[in-house]
Amino acid sequence: MKMKLGTMAVAAVMAASPVMADLVFPSLSYRTGPYAAGGIPFADGYADYFTLLNERDGGIGGVEARVLECETGYNTEKGVECYESTKGQGALVYQPLSTGITYQLIPKATADDIPIHSMGYGRTSAANGEVFSHVFNYPANYWNGASGAINYLMSQGDIAGKKIALVYHNSAYGKEPIRTLEELSAKHGFELSLIAVDHPGQEQKSQWLQIRRERPDNVIMYGWGVMNQVAVQEAANIRYPMENFIGIWWSGSENDVLPAGDAADGYKALTFHGVGSDFPVFDDIKTHVVDKGLAAGAGDQIGTVLYNRGLYAAMLAAEAAKTAQAIHGTADITPGMMRDGMEALEITEEKMAGLGLPGFGPSFNVSCENHGGPGLIGMTQWDASAGTWSLISDFSATDMDVIQPLIDADSAAYADENGIEVGCK
Amino acid sequence: MPEQLVYAMEVSLNGLMAGVMYALVALGFVLIFKASGIFNFAQGVMALFAAMTLVGIQTGQVPFAHMINAIFGTKIHHFGWEIHSVIAIVLTVFVMIALAWAVQRFIFKHLVGQEPIILFMATIGLAYLLEGVADLMWNSEIKKLDVCLTDGTCLPQGINLAIDEATYNIFGYGFFIDNLDITATIIAIILVAALVAFSQYTKQGRAMRAVADDHQAALSVGVSLNYIWILVWSVAGFVALVAGIMWGAKSGVQFSLSLIALKALPVLMLGGFTSIPGAIVGGLIIGVGEKLFEFFMSSNDLAGALFGFTMNATENWFAYVLALIFLVFRPQGLFGEKIIERV
Repeated sequence: MKMKLGTMAVAAVMAASPVMADLVFPSLSYRTGPYAAGGIPFADGYADYFTLLNERDGGIGGVEARVLECETGYNTEKGVECYESTKGQGALVYQPLSTGITYQLIPKATADDIPIHSMGYGRTSAANGEVFSHVFNYPANYWNGASGAINYLMSQGDIAGKKIALVYHNSAYGKEPIRTLEELSAKHGFELSLIAVDHPGQEQKSQWLQIRRERPDNVIMYGWGVMNQVAVQEAANIRYPMENFIGIWWSGSENDVLPAGDAADGYKALTFHGVGSDFPVFDDIKTHVVDKGLAAGAGDQIGTVLYNRGLYAAMLAAEAAKTAQAIHGTADITPGMMRDGMEALEITEEKMAGLGLPGFGPSFNVSCENHGGPGLIGMTQWDASAGTWSLISDFSATDMDVIQPLIDADSAAYADENGIEVGCK
Repeated sequence: MPEQLVYAMEVSLNGLMAGVMYALVALGFVLIFKASGIFNFAQGVMALFAAMTLVGIQTGQVPFAHMINAIFGTKIHHFGWEIHSVIAIVLTVFVMIALAWAVQRFIFKHLVGQEPIILFMATIGLAYLLEGVADLMWNSEIKKLDVCLTDGTCLPQGINLAIDEATYNIFGYGFFIDNLDITATIIAIILVAALVAFSQYTKQGRAMRAVADDHQAALSVGVSLNYIWILVWSVAGFVALVAGIMWGAKSGVQFSLSLIALKALPVLMLGGFTSIPGAIVGGLIIGVGEKLFEFFMSSNDLAGALFGFTMNATENWFAYVLALIFLVFRPQGLFGEKIIERV
C-alpha cells in the first residue's frame, strides 16, 4: 500500500511539473532504392546536426530535438504515407526531399498547419508566401539556378549569339528551368536548345551525338540519379570541355563525377551552400557525434556535398525553431509556431559564424511575401585529382526582374485554381 | 553526300552498338525462359548484384559491413587488399553459381508444376530480395568500375580515333563511336558464339536443349531438371555479370543498373522470348530504330521542316511502339516459337 501511494505521489508530481516534449523533425529519407546514394548523405547530415545540438547544447532552447526518420525510397506514394504516419507525432517541419512528394504535401500540410521546407527543389512559385502560406523554399530555387548559371557565364564573357544547350531530365523537375532560360535567352541574345533525357537516363547516346553535332558553347544540366553520371561520362567521351558543362545542384555531388574518374575534372555545378569540411562545425560533429558513436550513418559522408546540404537544411530548421521559440515565448513550440519562426527567419553572417559555419551560405531574411529567400547562387568546380569540389565564385544575385514575374504568374494561377485568398496572414 | 544523311549513318552505327548493349541484357531473359518457361523479372537485379559483387570483391570490401558494425559496434569496412579484375570476375562467377543454386534450392524447387504466373511472381519477389541483399552486402554507394586484363589493358571508353579519322577522310565528318561499345560488341559476339557452342557441343548443353524442348521427355531419359535449372541460372548469372560490367562501366555501379531490364523488354517482344539470335537481332533493330527516330524527330531540318515541330526523348516509348507493331504481325516475335495449342 505504501509502495502504491509512493508511486501515485511521484506520478502526481510528474504530471504537475511542466514536461517538455521533444521537438520533432521528420526526415523523409531514402536510404534504399536507385537514389539511395544521394539520399543517405543528406539524411545523415540532417540527423547529425540535431544530434550535435542535443549533445553539445542540450537541444534547442533546452528542449531535445528528435529526428523522426521515415523511408520513402524516393517514391511519392510512400512519401505521402510517411507524412500521414508521422504528422501526429508533433512534426514541426517537413523536408519532403522530392519534388513529387512536395507537390502532394502542399495542400495537405497547409490544411494541417504544418510547414514544409523544400530547399532547392519543389514548386518554385512557392516562394510567394502570400499564396503558399506553409511552403518555404529558401534560400534558392530552380529558377534562381537557371539565372545563376547564365549570370556566371556572363561573368566569363559576352554570351550574345552563343549557343547554350539545356540537357534536362524529362520530368516536371527537369522542365522547371525552361521558361526562365527562354526569357533569359530573349533578354541576353543567346541561342537556347533543349535536349530532353528520358528517365532514368542510362542511355544518352542520341543526346550527346546531338551535342557533338551542334557544338553548343555551354551545356547546362538539370539531371538526377544515374542520368548525371552517364551525362558526365558521355560528355567526356565526345570530348566536350568539362569547364563549359554546368550542372544544377542536384547534378553536382561526388556521386555524379566519381564514376567518370579523371575525365570529370573541371565539371562545374551550381550551389547555394558551402562545400568541403573546412568549417568549425565539422570539428564539433566529430567530437560530439562521430566519436561518441552517435553518427546517423557510418560517419564517412561528412563534408560531402549532399551531407553538407542535409546539415544546412537542419541548421535552417533549428534556427527557425529558435526564432519561433523567441516569438512565442515558449520552448515547446507547435508546427504553427514553427511556421511563424520560418517566416521570420534571419540568417546573418554573424549567426553563421557563431554556428561554426562562416561563409557556408548567404545571409538572408524570410518574409511573408518572400518565402524563397534571396536566390543567391554560387559556382563549384570538381577537381578530380584531389577528389574535391571547390567554390569558385561568390554567392551572387540572380535576375529577379525575370524570375519574380514568373513566380507571381505561377502562384496567381495556383491561387485561382485552388480558391486561395492571397495575402499575408 | 547530304549532311543529314552522314549524321544518320553515324546515328545508325551508334544505334547498332546500343542494340548490342540491350541484347546483352535480353540474353539472360531468353536463357532462363527457354529452359524453364520462367520470365525472370529479376534479371536486371541480377546484373546489379553481379556488378556490385565484382566491385566489392575487387576493392576488398567487407560484405555486410554496415550490418556487422551496427550489431557488434565494430568499424570494419575493407579487408585492406585489392584483387585483380580477372580473379574478381572468376570469384564473382562462383558467387553467381551459388546464387543460382540458392534460387533453385529455396524457391523454384518448391514451385515445380506451378502456373507460369506463379513462377513470374516468384521472380518479382526474388528481385526485391536480391536488391535488398545487394544493398546490405555492398551498400548503396555509387562505385567506379575498373576492369582490366592481366596485361594492364582496361575497358576503354571514349571516341575511337581510327573510325573518327577514317570517316572524316571519306565524309568530311568524323563519326563518334565509343570504344566501350565496340568492346561490348566484340564480347557479345564471343558470348553468343560460346553459348551456341556450349548448347551444341557439350553434354550439359544438349541436356539444356532437351529440357527446353520438353521437360517430361528430358526427365524420362535421365536428365536432372534440378541440375539443368541450376546450370541455366548460372549461365544467366554470368550473362548478367557481363551486362553489369558493360553498363556499369558507363554509369558506375549503382542501384539504377537494375532498371536496364526495361531496355530489354522491347527487345524480347520483338526478338521472341526463346531465341538467342532473336535477342541479338531484336536488340539491333530496337537500337537502330529508336536512335534514328530520335534523330529524325529532334532535327529542325527534318521533323521541323516536315511537320513544323520537333520532339525529344522519344527513345523509351518508341522502342515499345516498334515492338508492338512487330507483335501485330508476329505475336511470337521475329524468332520466337509459334505455339499452336489444340483444344
